[in-house]
Amino acid sequence: MSELVNKQQAAVALAGDTFSPARDHHHHPPHLAHHFDTLEQQFASGKLGMWVFLATELLMFGGLFCAYSVYRHNHPEIFEFGHQYLDKTLGAINTIVLITSSLTMAWGVREAQLGHNKRLALCLILTLLGGAGFMCIKTVEYHAKWEHRVFAGRWDQYDPRYKGPQVPHEPPTNEPEAQAEQQIKNNKMLPQTTMEPQNMPTLPQGANPGYGAALATPQAATAPSEAAATTQAGPMLQAGDAYADPNAGTADAAKIHPMQGVPAGLATRVHAEGKWEVKFDDLPKTEQDHVLTFFNLYFLMTGLHGIHVLVGMGLICWILIRSMKHEFGPTYFAPVDLVGLYWHLVDLIWIFLFPLLYLIH
Amino acid sequence: MAHEIQHVSTPAGGAHAAGQSHVPAHGQHHGEYHVHVVPPWLLIAVFVCLVILTGITVGVTYFDFGRTLNVWIALAVAVAKATLVALFFMHLRWDSPFNSVVLFAALFFVALFIGTVILDSKEYQINFVPPTSTSMAP
Repeated sequence: MSELVNKQQAAVALAGDTFSPARDHHHHPPHLAHHFDTLEQQFASGKLGMWVFLATELLMFGGLFCAYSVYRHNHPEIFEFGHQYLDKTLGAINTIVLITSSLTMAWGVREAQLGHNKRLALCLILTLLGGAGFMCIKTVEYHAKWEHRVFAGRWDQYDPRYKGPQVPHEPPTNEPEAQAEQQIKNNKMLPQTTMEPQNMPTLPQGANPGYGAALATPQAATAPSEAAATTQAGPMLQAGDAYADPNAGTADAAKIHPMQGVPAGLATRVHAEGKWEVKFDDLPKTEQDHVLTFFNLYFLMTGLHGIHVLVGMGLICWILIRSMKHEFGPTYFAPVDLVGLYWHLVDLIWIFLFPLLYLIH
Repeated sequence: MAHEIQHVSTPAGGAHAAGQSHVPAHGQHHGEYHVHVVPPWLLIAVFVCLVILTGITVGVTYFDFGRTLNVWIALAVAVAKATLVALFFMHLRWDSPFNSVVLFAALFFVALFIGTVILDSKEYQINFVPPTSTSMAP
C-alpha cells in the first residue's frame, strides 16, 4: 500500500512540476489514486468492480443451482429420501451463526466509516469466530456423512483398487439358486416384510421407462417369485439392444438416442407417515447411486460455499491486521466495505442453500 | 504505514489531483465526501428479521403443503432474507442504482439459465440417469 501511495505521490509531484507548479499536492488525500477525480468516485468505482465480481460468483453458483433444479424437478423423491440424512438443527444453527457474523461484519463497516479501528477489530474478530464456528459445524456434518460412507461419489471409489462403477454383468443363468444368490449379492435385499416388492416391472425389451415410470406401472406389484427371475436383467437395455422409441412419430419422440443399459429403478420406496422405511444402506446398488447424486450436489454446493467461507475468513484476517494498524477512517474504508460485501454474498448463498438442501418437505 | 485519517467533513476538493490538468482550479471545493453510515438500530432490526424468517422457514417444513408449495414457500422466504441482506447489510439501498442493476443482471441470467435448462430437460428426461452399473457394460 505504501508503495502505491508513494507512486501516487511521485506521479502527482511529477505532474505538478510539469503542468502547474503552483498547485501543491498536500491536499491530496493519501488514498486517492491519481486516475480518480474524487475519493467518492474512487470508492464508487471500486464498489462497482466488486459487484461485477459478485455477479460472476452468482453465475458460478448458478451452474450448481441449475444442476440442483433440474435434478430435483425431475426426481423430487430422491431429494426427499436424501435430505433426511441432513441434520436440520445443525443447518439452522449454522444459518443463525452466519447471519450473526454478517451482522458483525456490517457493524464493522460502520465502525470503519466512523474511524473506530479498535471497535472495527472487535467486530472483525467476532465475524471470524462466526466463520470458524460455521466451518466447525460443517465439519461435524461432513463427518457424520463419512461415517455412513457417503462422500461425493461412491465410498469405494477412493479405494486404489476401484475400477469404476461396476455391477455384476454375468450372463443370465437358469438355475434358480444361482439367480437368488446373485440377486442377494447385487441387491442386498431386505426381508420382504419391511419393503414393498422391490422388483422392477418387466418391460418389453427396448422399452425404456426412465425414472419413475416403473413405480407408476401396475406391474410393479408383480409377484415376488415371478419378479425375482427378472429383476436383475429387468427393464435395463442391454448393450447392443435396438432401441425402439415408444413415442416415435409423436411430438414427444426422443431427440437424442438414449444411453444403452439404463436402469429403470429409482429411490422411491415405502414412504409411510412421513418416514422412509428403507435406509440408504439397504437400497440396491443402482438406487444408492441415484441417491448419491443428491449427496454429490450437497457436497459440491456446500463444499464450494465452504471454500468461500475460508477465503472470506482469510480476507477478514487481512482487514483485521490493517485495522490494528489504524488504517481505516471516514475517507478510506473501501477494503472493509468490499470484504464485507464478499462476506454477505457468502451469507446470501447459504440463505438459499439451507432451505434447498436441508428443508425439503 | 500509519496513514493520516481524515474526517467525514473533509472537503473532497483536494481530491482533484494535480495531474488532472483539465480540472479547473476553482472547481475544487464543490462538495464533501458523503459517507452513509448505517445506524445500529437498523442493523439490529435487519438481524432480528433474518432470525425470524429463518425460524419461519424451518417451522414451515413441519406442515405439509404439498411438494410444490413447500418449495415455493421456502424460496419466497429465502428471497425475502436475501433482499434484506442485499438492501441493508450490502448497502444497496443507499448505493448507486447501477450496482443493483449488476446484481439483477446476474440473477436474470441465472434464472434464464435454470429456466431454459428445466424446460429442455423434459425433452431428454430419458437420459437423466447417472452413468451407473450396466451403462458401463461391455
